[in-house]
This record gives sequence, structure tokens and C-alpha cells, in this order.
Amino acid sequence: MDFDFSEDQRLLKDSVDRLIADRYAFESRKQYMKEPTGWSAEMWSQYAELGLLGLPFTEEQGGFGGGQIETAQVMEAFGRGLVLEPYLATVVLGGGLLRHAGSEEQQAELIPQIIGGELKLALAHIERHSRWTLNDVAVTAVKDGSGYVLNGEKSVVIHGDCADKLLVTARTGGAQRDRGGIGVFLVDAADAGVSRKGYPTQDGLRAAEISFANARGVAVGDPGNALGVVERVVDEAIAAICSEAVGGMAEMLAITVDYMKQRKQFGRAIGEFQVLQHRAVDMFANLEQAKSMAMYATMMAASDDAAERRQALSAAKVQIGKSGKSIGEEAVQLHGGIAMTMEYKVGHYFKRMTMIEQMFGSTDHHLAVLADGNGLF
Amino acid sequence: MDLSFTPEEVAFRQELRTFFTTAIPQSIRTKVLEGQHLTKDEIITAQRILNANGLAVPNWPVEWGGKDWTPVQVYIYQDEMQLNGVPSPLAFNTSMVGPVIAQFGTEAQKKRYLAEAANLDVWWCQGFSEPGAGSDLASLRTKAERVGDTWVINGQKTWTTLAQHADWIFVLCRTDPTAKKQEGISFILADMKTPGITRRPIQTIDGGHEVNEIFFDNVVVPAENLVGELHRGWDCAKFLLGNERTGIARVGTSKARLKRIRELASLEFSGGEALIKDRKFREKLAACEVELKALEMTQLRIVADEKNQAKGKPNPASSILKLKGSTIQQTTTELMMELVGPYVMPFAASDEGDGRNETGYGPDYAAGTGPTYFNWRKISIYGGSNEIQRNIVAKAILGF
Repeated sequence: MDFDFSEDQRLLKDSVDRLIADRYAFESRKQYMKEPTGWSAEMWSQYAELGLLGLPFTEEQGGFGGGQIETAQVMEAFGRGLVLEPYLATVVLGGGLLRHAGSEEQQAELIPQIIGGELKLALAHIERHSRWTLNDVAVTAVKDGSGYVLNGEKSVVIHGDCADKLLVTARTGGAQRDRGGIGVFLVDAADAGVSRKGYPTQDGLRAAEISFANARGVAVGDPGNALGVVERVVDEAIAAICSEAVGGMAEMLAITVDYMKQRKQFGRAIGEFQVLQHRAVDMFANLEQAKSMAMYATMMAASDDAAERRQALSAAKVQIGKSGKSIGEEAVQLHGGIAMTMEYKVGHYFKRMTMIEQMFGSTDHHLAVLADGNGLF
Repeated sequence: MDLSFTPEEVAFRQELRTFFTTAIPQSIRTKVLEGQHLTKDEIITAQRILNANGLAVPNWPVEWGGKDWTPVQVYIYQDEMQLNGVPSPLAFNTSMVGPVIAQFGTEAQKKRYLAEAANLDVWWCQGFSEPGAGSDLASLRTKAERVGDTWVINGQKTWTTLAQHADWIFVLCRTDPTAKKQEGISFILADMKTPGITRRPIQTIDGGHEVNEIFFDNVVVPAENLVGELHRGWDCAKFLLGNERTGIARVGTSKARLKRIRELASLEFSGGEALIKDRKFREKLAACEVELKALEMTQLRIVADEKNQAKGKPNPASSILKLKGSTIQQTTTELMMELVGPYVMPFAASDEGDGRNETGYGPDYAAGTGPTYFNWRKISIYGGSNEIQRNIVAKAILGF
């Protein structure tokens, strides 16, 4: 039992924390958001230079050889900075699928491009009717020569507008909600059969609605049985956004506490009022519980026992959803009017937390998953 | 970072588990797991078994029977006791007066009191709260005046838990009425048989008799019964309350209760099906499990962090253990009531005089559910109420 970071992990954490502190001030972020892609190409190359884009890949692949802990450290720093770049989409989701299911040739071709910052990926797994059910897939993939032809529509593809290649879940067999018959297909975003409508999301990031009309794709992993690997990668992504959320929650608490010390009403700092103090303490308690569950998620995301891993990640997502909502709402309330404004940072964290609550399954969805399991103890 | 236990820690856990489940009588452990009150004899029996095996006072200095365990070992010890329904050694002896005497007492006091406190040969009770001094403990008014070689104590204590079994009491007394309120208090020991001490039982809303009022009317005790420096009793009290906080999350207890609730939910029916098939019930159970898993991890983080913290400077997160641990324990009592449905209703006080609800109606696990729900509302009140815990954290994070 040891919660301390290794020397390498400490160095990584220091360098990412410094990068975000130096380069991701709130005003800089506003500028990055105005770029055509909605994020900063320069920051993306900074991440490449620091090795962050190669974080989860092995040293033989040219990567950093990091695991879930390293990803958690980066995501927590990104959460503090409200980072806009497609790291989750490219490295955690896209990179995750290639690591777990890509053929040697696919890995050899694509991973170096991710590491170098030249290739951006996105996972297209949601459909209009599917909500959070990963096996509810209507998009079809039909074998055609050495590849597949895809037809159908995908919804709210995070960073799907800027991705160079899409990883698309599609059905090669079975009925719409069967667990079997699902594959993952790598589709070039520039393919003539792909049309994308990109848009900003509530939290200032980007997503896209994507339709496939006879789009060409190649299978990543088993084209008839890839649900397990999709679940695994989604679990890793849940762990990653749990850490991101913890970074955002910690920052909201710090800003709120600071404000409570500075802001004076009725002739004294509002932090002297017990009714407000106790609300700040409840934020602190929710943050500590969220930190604990983000660590638990980080540890369990690496588990090969799929059932145990699913339960653990659902538990973490429930805690993060509840803590994030509560801390976000309290941060706005304790500030009062100022936190209602676009020009103040707290509201932006609140919006990010609210979107994270909806990513990869809401609190209620994951509570239902847990309710169907055999208990955490 | 490695969040798994070392092979040594796993072996340590297994050894304790084997001991607890074989040496402590099953009848006692079942009562603890179902939240029933234990008799005096049962509490003494369990503690003497632990003490005979060197497991009653691991938190004490080694010289007086302590173990010098790592914080993780202490955690495992508490967790295994709670998981297996082993009654915790009597807190008044082992985590209150014992550590205070070991820290602040004279050699003569240590020799006289510690061994018999560890073995529960002498049962201690705590004379802290007063009718006018609850959360604001330092405003206490029970006074001790020096007369010759004695202290003469006058006043009233209340909420004195299990004083009906107690041989001795440790009392916070005002010894300097002119000093600032925290600075004129002393920590004094009194034999409960001393003339002038009277006890009045208080019946709590569950029907039980756990707490008492204690009246001191010209109670004369020897001067040597003062522990620590004169007028420095508040230091003893703070030290003692600091000790009280570490085990207070009772994560093991809640884990055992949630497991039991899950088992029993297969035996109870709702709408013609086992209650465990009821989605709403399962979701409530799952929500409580998530809170508890988070608290378990928080406790482990605090335990692991102890090596980095200055002695006596608790991590502000340790107050979270009380805040969250108490509400989770209370939620388990709600789930148990919901589980038994209408059989929460029958009430019959047992004839042993301790107020236990033994009705004989419905399943045997039903009788205690209502009383435990009512009784456990105390958990967010005692040991520094949850609002006082929030004041402590607020001071740590805001500075006000």
C-alpha cells in the first residue's frame, strides 16, 4: 500500500503541471478556442515535444511506456487547465484501441504518427438511439474485398470534426443490441463516403455528427467480436476523465476558497459566515471522495477481470458525477453573480463537469450498472 | 504508487482473521454484526481474549503492551475486527484514559492503572459532557477544589456511556475558575464507589439504556488522582479526542452490514419477488456502496499519508472520515429497516433491563432494525458533532 509517485512519475507531473500553469492561463485558453479547430495547434506540438502524445505506448513503439497512473497525472493537469486539445480522443481512445486491438502493421504505421502529433483520431461509438449502451449499434459494416463498407450515422463524436481518422463501431452481424457481431473500423475522415458536421460543445470543446454512406474502412481487431475491447478502452477513458474532473474540482474549490477570503459583504469576508463555511467544507469532502475514486478507477482500469473492472469504473463514475455536480453548483452559488459570467473561470469548470457527467454514461446509468452487479464488497 | 497490500500485510490480515473468527465466540460476533447491544460479560470476555493475545491495546506504547504497528497494520486490525463482528476493546479504557495516562501520567499512575485497564479488570467511563457543555466542551462547570491532600468535586456530567458497568470515571473539572476557559481545566480520576457520586440512567429513543447522568456532591478523591499538570487537562482532552477520530469511519462495520443487507435482501419479499430483485432497493444499496468504497480509499490515503504528517497534526481530510463515515453508518440502518418492512414495528423491551428489543415476532434480524436506526442517530452527534467537524475543516481550509 503506497500512494506515493515514483521518481519518473514525479518528474512527469512537474513538467505537465508547469506547462499548464505557464501556457494555459484562462486568457490563453480563450485565444486557443478561437483557432479554426477550436484548440491550439501549438500546444499540440508542445505535448508531442514533451512526450505526452506517446505516453501510453511502449518504448519499442517509440512511446513513453506509461500506464494508467501517468495518464491520470496528465489528465488531472488538463482538468485544471480546462484543456481543449483532442488528447482523450486521440491518445486515450484512439490510441487505446490501436494498442489493445490493432494489428502489428496498423500499430507500426499509426502509432508513430500519433506520437509525432501528425495524426488525430476520434472514437465514433454513440448513435441517436443508443445513449450509453455500447452494444446498441445500428451502423453496418459489410465485407468488401480486403476492407469493409460502412453505412449509418454516429452522434456526438468527441473531436470528430478535426480527426484525421475515425474509429467507428459497426455491426457485421447479429441484431441491433447483440453483444456479438460488432467490429471497430478505421475510416479515413477524408473518405468520400464520410460527411461530418462539427460543432462546439457546452464546455468549449468540439464534437461532430458523422454519417457514413458507403464509406471504406478496415477492421481493427476482430470484426465480429470487438465489443470487449471497446468496453476496455471506454473504461480507460472513464478513468482518464475521472482524473480530469478531479483536477477541475480541485481548482474550483481553490478559487472558491480564495474568493471567500477576499469578498467582503456586511463588513467582513464572506468566508467568516458559518453557513457558507459549511458549504465549502462539503465541497472539500466531495473532492476528497472524488480523488479517492479517481485513484480507484486508475488502479482498476488496468484490471484484466472485465466484470470487476466494469463495476469499479461504474462506481468511480457515479462518485465523480455526484461530486462534480455538487462542487460545480456550490462553487457558482458561493461566488454569487460573478460566477454566472462568461468572463469568470468558475462557470467554465462547472460546464466541463456537467459535460463529463454525460460522457460514457451518466451517474444514473452507472448506478444502474452497479445495481445489476453483485456488490463492491 | 501501488494500491495493493504487500504479501506481509495480506498475511497479517489473514492471521488476524483466523484468530478473530476462532477465538472470539460466534454468539458475540453475530450480535455485533446485527447491531445488538452486548452484555457487560460479553464485552469483558471479548476484551480479555484479545488482551491475553496481545491484541487489546496495540495503539499503546510498547512498554505498556502496545504493538508499534505501521498505520497500515493498525488499519487492517480495525478493519478485520469490524468485518468479523469482534467488539472493539472498550474505548474508554483503551483509546481514552489508557493513552492519556501513558502520555501524561506519572510512573506510579501507569503502574497502577494501565495493565488493569487493558484487561478490563477495571471498567472506565468518561466524565466530559455536561448539561451546559456539549459542543462547547470547554465551558464545563464541574469544579474540583484542592482541600489538603484531596480534590473535592462538585457538579454534574451527562451522556456517560455504560456508566452502569463502570468502576472508575475520568473527569474534566474546572480547577481555576479565573483562567480563560480552556486553561483552568484538570483531568482527575475518581472511583465510582466514592461517596457523593450518584448515577441516574437516561433512556434513549431506541428504548435502550446506554447513557447516564452522573452527579458529584462533595466527592473527595486523593490529590494523586490528578493526571498531567494542574490546569492542563484540556491538553489531555484534545489528545484523547484526536485518538478517537482514527477509527471513527468504521468502514469495516459498514462493509459487514452492507454484505449482510445484500444477503438478507434475498430472503425478504416485495411484490412477489425477492427484495434484491427490486431495482430501486438495489440502486440505494449500490449508491451506499459507492460512498463506502470512496471512504475506504480516503481512509487508506490518510493512513498512508500518516508517515508524511507531523505528529499530532492531523490531515484535515481526517475529519471527512467522521462526516462521511457517520452518514454511511446511518444509511445502513435505514436500509435494514426498509429490508424488514412491516416487521420494523413490533417493540418489546427485553427483561435484562438494557432496553434491547427482543420481540419474538418476525425474523430474528428484524427486532433490532428500528432501535438501531434510532440509536445510531447519535453517531453524527458524538465525538464532535458533524457540524463541529465542519468547523474544524473550515478553519483548516479557510483560516477563519
